[in-house]
Amino acid sequence: MAANTAAVSLTVNGKPVTAEIDPRTLLVQLLREHLRLTGTHVGCDTSQCGACVVHVNGKATKSCTVLALQLEGADVLTIEGLAAPDGPLHPMQEAFRENHGLQCGYCTPGMIMTAVDMVRRKGHDLDDHTIREQLEGNICRCTGYHNIVKAIAAGARAMRGSSATSKAAE
Amino acid sequence: MSVTGIGAAVRRKEDRRFITGKGHYTDDINRPGQTFACFIRSPHAHAKIKNIDVSAASRLPGVAGIFTGAQFAEDKLGSLICGWTVLSKDGSPMKMAPHPALAAGKANCVGDAVAVVLAETLAQAKDAAERVVVDYEPLPAVVDPAKAAAAGAPLIHDVAPNNTIYNWHLGDAEATNAALKNARHVTTLEFINNRLVPNAMEPRAALAEYDAASGSLTLWNATQNPHVARLVISAFVGVAPENKLRVIAPDVGGGFGSKIFIYPEEVVCLWAARKLGRPVKWTAERSESFITDAHGRDHVTKAQMAFDGDGRITALKVHTTANLGAYMSTFSSAVPTFLYATLLSGQYEIPHIYCEVDAVYTNTVPVDAYRGAGRPEATFVVERLVEVGARELGVDPATLRQKNFVKTFPYQTSVASLYDAGDYQASLQKALELHDYKGFARRKRDSERNGKLRGIGFATYIEACGVAPSALVGQLGAGVGLWESAEVRVNPTGSVEVLTGCHQHGQGHETTFAQLVADRLGLSIDQVNILHGDTDIVQFGMGTYGSRSGAVGMSAIVRALDKVEAKAKKIAAHLLEAAEGDIVFKDGKFTVAGTDKSAAWGEVALGAYVAHKFPTSEIEPGLKESAFYDPTNFTFPAGCHICEVEIDPETGDTQVVGWTAVDDFGTVINPMIVEGQVHGGVAQGVGQALLEHTVYDDKGQLVTGSYMDYAMPRADNLPSLQVDTTVTKCPTNPLGIKGCGEAGAIAAPAAVMNAITNALGTELIDMPATPATVWATLQKTHTLPRAA
Amino acid sequence: MYAFTFHRPQTLRQAANLLTKNDEAKLLAGGHTLLPTMKLRLAGPPQIVDLSLVEGLAGIEQSGRSITIGAMTRHNDVSNSPVVQQAIPALAKLAGMIGDPAVRHMGTIGGSIANNDPNADYPAACLGLGAIIITNKRRIKADDFFTGMFSTALEPAEIITKVSFPIPKKAAYQKFRNQASRFALVGVFVSKRGSEIRVAVTGAGANGVFRVPSFEEALKKRFSPKSLEGMSIPADGMNSDIHGSAEYRAHLVGVLARRAVAEAIGK
Repeated sequence: MAANTAAVSLTVNGKPVTAEIDPRTLLVQLLREHLRLTGTHVGCDTSQCGACVVHVNGKATKSCTVLALQLEGADVLTIEGLAAPDGPLHPMQEAFRENHGLQCGYCTPGMIMTAVDMVRRKGHDLDDHTIREQLEGNICRCTGYHNIVKAIAAGARAMRGSSATSKAAE
Repeated sequence: MSVTGIGAAVRRKEDRRFITGKGHYTDDINRPGQTFACFIRSPHAHAKIKNIDVSAASRLPGVAGIFTGAQFAEDKLGSLICGWTVLSKDGSPMKMAPHPALAAGKANCVGDAVAVVLAETLAQAKDAAERVVVDYEPLPAVVDPAKAAAAGAPLIHDVAPNNTIYNWHLGDAEATNAALKNARHVTTLEFINNRLVPNAMEPRAALAEYDAASGSLTLWNATQNPHVARLVISAFVGVAPENKLRVIAPDVGGGFGSKIFIYPEEVVCLWAARKLGRPVKWTAERSESFITDAHGRDHVTKAQMAFDGDGRITALKVHTTANLGAYMSTFSSAVPTFLYATLLSGQYEIPHIYCEVDAVYTNTVPVDAYRGAGRPEATFVVERLVEVGARELGVDPATLRQKNFVKTFPYQTSVASLYDAGDYQASLQKALELHDYKGFARRKRDSERNGKLRGIGFATYIEACGVAPSALVGQLGAGVGLWESAEVRVNPTGSVEVLTGCHQHGQGHETTFAQLVADRLGLSIDQVNILHGDTDIVQFGMGTYGSRSGAVGMSAIVRALDKVEAKAKKIAAHLLEAAEGDIVFKDGKFTVAGTDKSAAWGEVALGAYVAHKFPTSEIEPGLKESAFYDPTNFTFPAGCHICEVEIDPETGDTQVVGWTAVDDFGTVINPMIVEGQVHGGVAQGVGQALLEHTVYDDKGQLVTGSYMDYAMPRADNLPSLQVDTTVTKCPTNPLGIKGCGEAGAIAAPAAVMNAITNALGTELIDMPATPATVWATLQKTHTLPRAA
Repeated sequence: MYAFTFHRPQTLRQAANLLTKNDEAKLLAGGHTLLPTMKLRLAGPPQIVDLSLVEGLAGIEQSGRSITIGAMTRHNDVSNSPVVQQAIPALAKLAGMIGDPAVRHMGTIGGSIANNDPNADYPAACLGLGAIIITNKRRIKADDFFTGMFSTALEPAEIITKVSFPIPKKAAYQKFRNQASRFALVGVFVSKRGSEIRVAVTGAGANGVFRVPSFEEALKKRFSPKSLEGMSIPADGMNSDIHGSAEYRAHLVGVLARRAVAEAIGK
């Protein structure tokens, strides 16, 4: 460890976290390496692929392009926190499964977190064009996006009135 | 068809872990005491390594070890290999140069690893790597495959004069030349099949651990074929004996070919883990993937197609220069030869075909199989020529295709392939209807009213999948057989584990394989677990690539199930006190024919293990059977893809506005998954045609080394896709499966380029047809008033 | 990333002092330019001064005939601001075209302008609207602020606090994206405010954002795409790379300017 460390306190998936970290620790490294929340992935080094998207204070954020130290007091939600561990899946997770919106699964957590944020910003009736435009920051190499687009439209509809919606979208 | 049986769109069993963030990819795994590897890579395309000074770096905090190519050589480890021997026209074997996992003496491409730093943290490893001083003497580099064999080009490997790996050919040159001479019309095209970077979203990764107590090594590796990795690493590189090396391919985030190969990094991690006595972890960063993952395609081709007065194709002649990069990657030699030239007959009866392929070394990243591997390149040759031929002859491109289709099966092509079954007319016809081909003229007028150009293009492709009969590939030079294995392990309670030598990295085997087994045994798919990707658990297998898991892997499971059923019937006969020949197994129940006596699957499974009611001297207890299935032929999926594009002539911006795919994959196990495979393949093919461009400068620096410069297809680059199937069953395997994984990537580039050239009114444009390229082409052709 | 020391000043003065004391210190706003560069070890500032705790740097307000946007205001907040949407819809639209949704949640106007990436969108808006860049020391006209690729008139320890945009009568932004990076291959911002016409171009120029006086002159006669018909700019001085030749970029400047004018007048 570098001699130079700093403390940060934030909330991750509803739990308070305090860590003493190398200042260069990115949020994604805090999640994956310190908290072992490995559902958030890294697919590029130029902030483009979106495999690392989580919610910071309710908004989709690329966790590879934020220092953990920038997030003092922030509320972070990752794919692991989207649904209660033993409860039902979040409607967007369910929609990805139902519509075959994933193949290798690597981009999927980022896609789902982006999709939930998309519903927060754009509402429950998402047309094909809007979804494709809003997915600009998420790259998938497997699906050709066809079923991801279908899944997000279905998930958005299913989130209407769902109790999971309000929690994730707050 | 049951709700989960063959043909049902069963939702995937594997999805739950992926959508909840509980997948286990290699980088998600950590071992106690692990160190992190940072490779030191040549910044030069071609350079002598004169000296490596690690002294300053070694003293930095956290550094656990630094190893160089010289040390790798001292340890007498073997070279990485290309496992498929291709012979030149003169009978001489290909010129395979040594490929040490760490270069010593000379670096041959940017990204060639020359040393590795191991440290407590990745940041410390990187800090130290910057302090390792490598004294390079840069050498002139050769990058362009068309110039690699030219006199005076820099020589990359001593074993390969003129940088030439082989001059290979297939077919009858004399007959083909004669047919070209006598043709009514000859269509000629010259083009580049652009080099691609595979870009599976999970970067390659390796984690190696040495257990001193047992002297064994374990490798977690993002690979498509763990057993072959183990074989090559033990038998050729010699890091550990095969029985002391366990390779685990956990969840793997996409492969598309790029994770078939055995790479230097996993070898070095294993070697270093043993030297250090500590686990070693390496995960590629994306910029590292760009300069180390084997690239795809990269052909320079001239091709001629001859027609008679009736529009029948009489001959095809092709010359291709294939760039294999700085080293011969694992299967690289086979891609531009046996996976390419053997498909040059397309869906057509072409009496004479001759193909020459010159494979060359260049100072670039190695090139190997990428989704489709040789078959997209072949389809591009044939389908561009047919389309252009139709334009030149003034015939509708669909009609010209129909006229030349192979219509009776089996059909022996003039390039060795024996097509077993198909109905090319059916898939074309269905595609024409679904696409509303007749409405194209109206849509084109609508586009013109909006100042846009519109074009339509076809690709009626064929591919060879399900590699492959072992004896045949052996004759062709393969170093391994290409059968597949399966073990079906019935538990006493009747649930089942299936061990397969295939490996899934997005294909959904855990679901489709379970569908097959559940259907056959009358179980729910939740009672069937598919185990794969661990050499300590699964018997030897050949892995997943070339759309082989259905046709070959599932056939092996069928064979094992046959044996399980046969044995279960014997046991059931004893339980039911009936003759074995009277036992009928159906819907999960054994019945005695003509009686109401029956035993459920679970009773027989339990009976097999309890072993109270049958003579164990005749029937062994237990219920577990295995099979190694070797196919008797390749399979030949085929289909018709229609692409429609709209071009903004002012900017060159090209949008795919319509896509219809009608594919014949034989039996479909899960239509939802099959459609998904087509979608993904089409996206990669559209990416090749419109976006993806791997550019090296003349010094051998990769200009497109990140997503800032290499354009990946994104959601807004693609339309909704209309996907359907027709079915002719494959007659050579028990399920009638042909394979679906590569079709989209094979058909799409030709379909897109046929549509673009249709819109532009010129054939003189190479992939990728970026806006800048399309605009420049329009300026050259003067088909429009020159834009201001 | 190279190691650095992280500072979290509470006030602008503290931030400025940290910059004064540490020559090589870098300000961190949204981080979406700086952090990617640091991750690739292309930059290694020994000191990072994070502005996120400094009060009063974010926010949007309209005063008289201008809109003032705090330097730490995120792209997403500009794009969704009813005030901006009503007064300068072209600016709201431009902010909504930067990067992708997740990038827009973090990236800031101040960060974008201070960096002056030759392919960034905001410099085109600043120059195209005749904005005033307000720092802890002074007010700088956009025409004087952007001094070349990745370079600005900012002095050491000078921190952008706000950007003030005069409200135009008509304005529009047209962006043609680089297919890989999704930055502007060429972006053209046009505006008309009284007799003042501005045409600003990003992405195309080898020296970063620039104005096109010949287009502005032509549009002064009549603010219509017809006024620009047949007009182009010389390819000299344009960027040329694998994504587009200088000629192509020069050509796109004409196309996008005409389209922007058409959009601005509602055609």
